Amino acid sequence: MGHPTSFSWQRFVALVVKEFTQMQRDRLTFAMMVGIPLMQLMLFGFAINSDPKHLPTAVLLTDHGPQARSLVQAIRNSGYYDIVGTVTSQSEADALLDRGEVQFVIHIPEDFSRRLWRGEKASVLVEADATDPGATGSAVSALRTLATSALSHDARGPLGGLVTPPPPLDLLVHARYNPEAITQFNIVPGLMGVVLTMTMVMITSLAITRERERGTMENLLSMPVRPLEVMTGKIIPYILVGFIQVSLILIASHFIFHVPMAGSLALLYVVTSLFIATNLAVGITFSTVAQNQLQAVQMSFFFFLPSLLLSGFMFPFRGMPAWAQAIGEVFPLTHFLRAVRGIMLKGNGIGVVADHLWPVAVFMVVVLFIGMKRYRQTLD
Amino acid sequence: MSEPLAIDVSGMTKRFGNRTVVDSIDLKVRTGEIFGFLGPNGSGKTTFIRMLCGLLRADGGSGTCLGFDVIGESEKIKRNVGYMTQRFSFYEDLSIRENLDFVARIYGIPERKAAVDASLEKLGLASRGRQLAGQLSGGWKQRLALAACLIHEPRLLLLDEPTAGVDPKARRDFWEQIHELANEGLTVLITTHYMDEAERCHRLGYLAYGQLLAYGTVSEVIRTVGLTTWMVKGPRLAELAGRLRKEPAVAHVAAFGEALHVSGTDAAALEKALKAHRSEAYVWSQVDTSLEDVFIHLMGEARDNFS
Repeated sequence: MGHPTSFSWQRFVALVVKEFTQMQRDRLTFAMMVGIPLMQLMLFGFAINSDPKHLPTAVLLTDHGPQARSLVQAIRNSGYYDIVGTVTSQSEADALLDRGEVQFVIHIPEDFSRRLWRGEKASVLVEADATDPGATGSAVSALRTLATSALSHDARGPLGGLVTPPPPLDLLVHARYNPEAITQFNIVPGLMGVVLTMTMVMITSLAITRERERGTMENLLSMPVRPLEVMTGKIIPYILVGFIQVSLILIASHFIFHVPMAGSLALLYVVTSLFIATNLAVGITFSTVAQNQLQAVQMSFFFFLPSLLLSGFMFPFRGMPAWAQAIGEVFPLTHFLRAVRGIMLKGNGIGVVADHLWPVAVFMVVVLFIGMKRYRQTLD
Repeated sequence: MSEPLAIDVSGMTKRFGNRTVVDSIDLKVRTGEIFGFLGPNGSGKTTFIRMLCGLLRADGGSGTCLGFDVIGESEKIKRNVGYMTQRFSFYEDLSIRENLDFVARIYGIPERKAAVDASLEKLGLASRGRQLAGQLSGGWKQRLALAACLIHEPRLLLLDEPTAGVDPKARRDFWEQIHELANEGLTVLITTHYMDEAERCHRLGYLAYGQLLAYGTVSEVIRTVGLTTWMVKGPRLAELAGRLRKEPAVAHVAAFGEALHVSGTDAAALEKALKAHRSEAYVWSQVDTSLEDVFIHLMGEARDNFS
């Protein structure tokens, strides 16, 4: 037996055994920890699409020339627009937009074909319900290229002059890592970080608070256990749970969503274990501050929400103002997302990933230090 | 004194905010003694015990517990003390055996399995080892808690209201065990509300509002308080009690079944005062002051001092 104030493996083992037994008894919590990642995976994986297509569209068509018809056909073929009806007046169009029945109204004026025949510039008005800019953005940009190409087919003979000459430079865009812009490729790896942040922080923030609420803390404190033994003893079983969650998501991401795995799986697990440990440290520290289990849950959400919003999971990180980016840089989730997406999609190696790892490590050390200071050896 | 003191502290003080919960208590408990701590709820009994085993930081005071400094060596004290909390504080979602095994691991008992088996056997829990602690009745929970407190063979046992909510048979068995343990040399500090339990202790301390008001063996405590007690039997005792309470020489009146106990600190003045209330219908007799009379008196006095 070592000095009473030093870390003891035997007491650490005692606490780990106890935590595992309790976890095994608490079937509901365990089921939730496995259920939450699966549920989120289904919701985010299948339901979220940042490139929405088939948006309901009405056409206000007062010109019936062939050019107008080919334009409508081209719009329909783009896949972004579902022409749900034709309206004949502006007021009818307004009503449809007001009620939210259509996302777009496309006006083709009555002199559209005539102006084209005359070699004049014709115009088309697209009214969009832009309350949610994300929903209309990509459809509108698709329309711009569409307008120039749709008429080139009809622009023969006297219309030849309408064809725009090719621009003097050739713009080549190469969308690397995710050329088809599949939302799942971005969401599913990110989801690992989100699920871990949510469940790991909450479950451990309840750990010490529960001991205090049930009165078992008094007993634990009257025995010769050290704060570090209690904390690490409580962290270890949940690291295992974290790995189960990550493995579930990885299996689903491979077999259901076909997310590529460009980098090393082993490296991914290394990164993940650091991230899990960090979140557990946050949870433990919260539980040393919270007075009861309700407060512990509230504090977890206080941490979870800004992590979710500012990490770049929900919204593009570079789209945020500098101050928000600065806050976002603090959260481990931000760096974890970069590391995971880097490994899975870009095939980043340890050299690149290390840049994302040290901020997480620093965060963990700081949080653990606060937790150790806050852990009360007494009931005061 | 030839035998060493298990607890020898003085000036122990604890404040929560500006409220003094334990006010400069001096206490000496001999090795192998069963020392009873009595006092109303909120009198500071639990706080004092928590300070002894390092669960609360004392705001003042010094001394030793089992020869270790009570302020600076709480880690060493913790290894040698078994503390049984007021509320059952083992894990209800662990089985009886798992709870004992956990405690044995924490204290690093060498032959762990044997120690746990022996402990289960000794307490008659051998056949119920796999049962979850949360499913046990109050009496069994108390047995388990005691078994867990004893597994590391402590030299001092701190018991905080161990028999609250336990039936009389289980209480009797419990006290027999405590006396056996004390015979083997274990020192026991126990808090209780029950007078019969107080009388089973070797010595007592009466605590009210953070102060130790009386201290010693049962007869010493009764003697130091110096009460004279009369018992009266007769009709309409409640009315009589009301009249008696108005007498300045009467310190307190308490109903005991069909009789009243009337006590006062000045024997002559009390007798004189009672003369006025004597009549054919009532039978008066002087009786020995009981521990209960003393405590009721002390409680009333303390309240006067603090209100």
